[in-house]
Amino acid sequence: MPYTKRRRLVTSAVAIALGATALAACGSSDDSGDAESGPVSLTYWTWTPGMDKVVDLWNKGQGKKEQITVTVKKQASGDTLVTKILTAHKAHQAPDLVQAEYQALPTLVSNDALADIAGHVGGIEGKFAKGVWQQTTLGTDAVYAIPQDIGPMMFYYRADLFKQYGLTVPTTWDEFAETARALKKKAPDKDLTTFSANDSGLFAGLAQQAGAQWWTTSGDKWKVAINDAATRKVATFWGGLVKEGAIDNQPMYTPAWNKALDTGKQIAWVSAVWAPGTLTTAAPDTAGKWAMAPLPQWSRSENRTGSWGGSSTAVTTDSKHQEAAAKFAAWLNTDAEALNALAKEGGIYPASTSAQLSGAFAQPPAYFSNQPDFYTKAAEIAETTAPSAWGPNVNVAYTTFKDAFGAAAKNKSDFTAALDKMQADTVADMKKQGFEVAE
Amino acid sequence: MSSLALHKAEPAAGTNPGTAQGPPLRRRIALVPTLTLLLGAVYCLLPVAWVVIASTKSGKELFSTFTFLPGSGFSDNLSQLNAYRDGVYWEWMGNSALYAILGALLSTAVSAFSGYALAVYRFRGRETLFNVLLAGVLMPPVILAVPQYLLLAKADLTDSYLSVLLPQILAPYGVYLARIYAAAAVPADVVEAGRMDGASEWRIFTRIALPMMVPGLVTVFLFQFVAIWNNFLLPYIMLSDDEKFPITLGLFTLLEQGANTPALYTLVITGAFLAVLPLIALFLVIQRFWSLDLLSGAVKS
Repeated sequence: MPYTKRRRLVTSAVAIALGATALAACGSSDDSGDAESGPVSLTYWTWTPGMDKVVDLWNKGQGKKEQITVTVKKQASGDTLVTKILTAHKAHQAPDLVQAEYQALPTLVSNDALADIAGHVGGIEGKFAKGVWQQTTLGTDAVYAIPQDIGPMMFYYRADLFKQYGLTVPTTWDEFAETARALKKKAPDKDLTTFSANDSGLFAGLAQQAGAQWWTTSGDKWKVAINDAATRKVATFWGGLVKEGAIDNQPMYTPAWNKALDTGKQIAWVSAVWAPGTLTTAAPDTAGKWAMAPLPQWSRSENRTGSWGGSSTAVTTDSKHQEAAAKFAAWLNTDAEALNALAKEGGIYPASTSAQLSGAFAQPPAYFSNQPDFYTKAAEIAETTAPSAWGPNVNVAYTTFKDAFGAAAKNKSDFTAALDKMQADTVADMKKQGFEVAE
Repeated sequence: MSSLALHKAEPAAGTNPGTAQGPPLRRRIALVPTLTLLLGAVYCLLPVAWVVIASTKSGKELFSTFTFLPGSGFSDNLSQLNAYRDGVYWEWMGNSALYAILGALLSTAVSAFSGYALAVYRFRGRETLFNVLLAGVLMPPVILAVPQYLLLAKADLTDSYLSVLLPQILAPYGVYLARIYAAAAVPADVVEAGRMDGASEWRIFTRIALPMMVPGLVTVFLFQFVAIWNNFLLPYIMLSDDEKFPITLGLFTLLEQGANTPALYTLVITGAFLAVLPLIALFLVIQRFWSLDLLSGAVKS
């Protein structure tokens, strides 16, 4: 029936035209306002619990003086928020301030969603460790965010069980492997720890400690080195332990994993400074029995750690009050009162070095009441954080990691093959997105 | 007609040992489907049972005691959920109810109008319209969330109650169902008779056709209610103010609090359990409308 067919064509043409105008219209408005006088109100997307109470301090104190009011809109954390910010940015409706994990910053910057606030926050960088600050500049002169919290990695172990089995706390990864084997000999049904592929941040942190630089730029080309020598070393090490059965290969954050920690079936965990919070829910019966030590090193002369987690406060290009927003972001992450409230209300471990030993951190976390110097030690470890190098598609690398390493851990197969797949998929995706990638 | 259907169903349901074929064969035939259905029921109900039991466990018991052993923390969980950020949970529950009830009502109304029009009137482009509608049925709503956001952003409607309600009012599947149902349940003879008697089109629709379409519209309402109640992506993209969040989004923010704070598992589980209750209640209440035989119409043949 030619009649209906033509009709159908017309309708779809109209539909397409409508869609096109809508899209074109979306790209039209373009303005990046700067400071102006008069009262300013800002919106802030964050997932930190209790942030509204911290922001109240600003609204009643310095913010009142400067006539800058901030409203918190609480969000869910992680990659989903990045998607939401980018969608809002497409409609030029992103909020003034957003919370973003460090590894998400290049994605946001490459989509032109984050404003360069270098001109508004001069002299602030001395308050942060170098390795932390460098993540917010992406190696340029610009400043895309202010560090909020960090997650320096540490080694957690059951002090009582280590004693019982006559184990010593490993200071190198070789000793770590020996400890795992020694435990297997003494108690075959127990494991030192597990290799889990369901949180890519852990592996990224371990690679970072070994000196890996996954994404770097030279000129306008990206260089992706996910399967470089350092990462290969890490992958081979953990793959070997899984293959010989010295450690478990079950994922973490599952009910079974919680149970293994709580009953002492697994007696150690490579984690980060926020572990006390996780252990409180995962292993409630073993409070006071755990202890924290620095991460094992690759050689005795080294003293480095990686980071797992952590986030920053960024100002968006959609904000009409970028200077005011930058002022608030700087206050939030450097002011002693603000940081103290953040630690108390939100349970964060601050990036600002001066806050790491003050107020809220004078006492150890309740779960670690047996280790009074917990936060003194943590601050020392945080200082040794190795620099990290994130790229514009960390999410793709992370997803491939979960799939490839998840399968490799389950089948106890070759970890380096999984690593090569991670590299190949990441490079392929960057090329598809139109980034120049150096081979 | 419904009683006839019942009579027909009876012999198949009961095992009738007195028949010529003999009991063993009959039983074997009935065994396989029964087992399959039982298996399906277990598959569907086990997660529900898990949620019900897990919601009674305290944080300590959640991961350490046997999965299907009821815990002792239900009232604690309830009061914690109640106290969390001054009862924001109930605000989310209220929002969900608002979105689902109002959205489903409006969407059912739109579906009834358009379904009836498509079924009863003949006009140019009717088939084209219907085909476009069919394409809409095949299109998962998830794909549309982002374009809808961009459109509503142009109208400055994002982050408002309307932004979640508006896109859900037009449900292609609802219109489709209403048209099919109207075509089957509203005979052309009846509409014609109404016209002969001098009733206006509006009167024919509201007084004659609408009552005939009720069972079908109840189905549309239920589908839409459940779809809106469970919808996640659209409100996720549209809303940034968590006081407008529906329950799905609210629970998601409880689960994703960042690495520093442990996920509030017990609160999320208890919250999820409570959020299912209105749906169960709705199904139990509305089920009776379905007992009207789907084929009962005005003209009996």
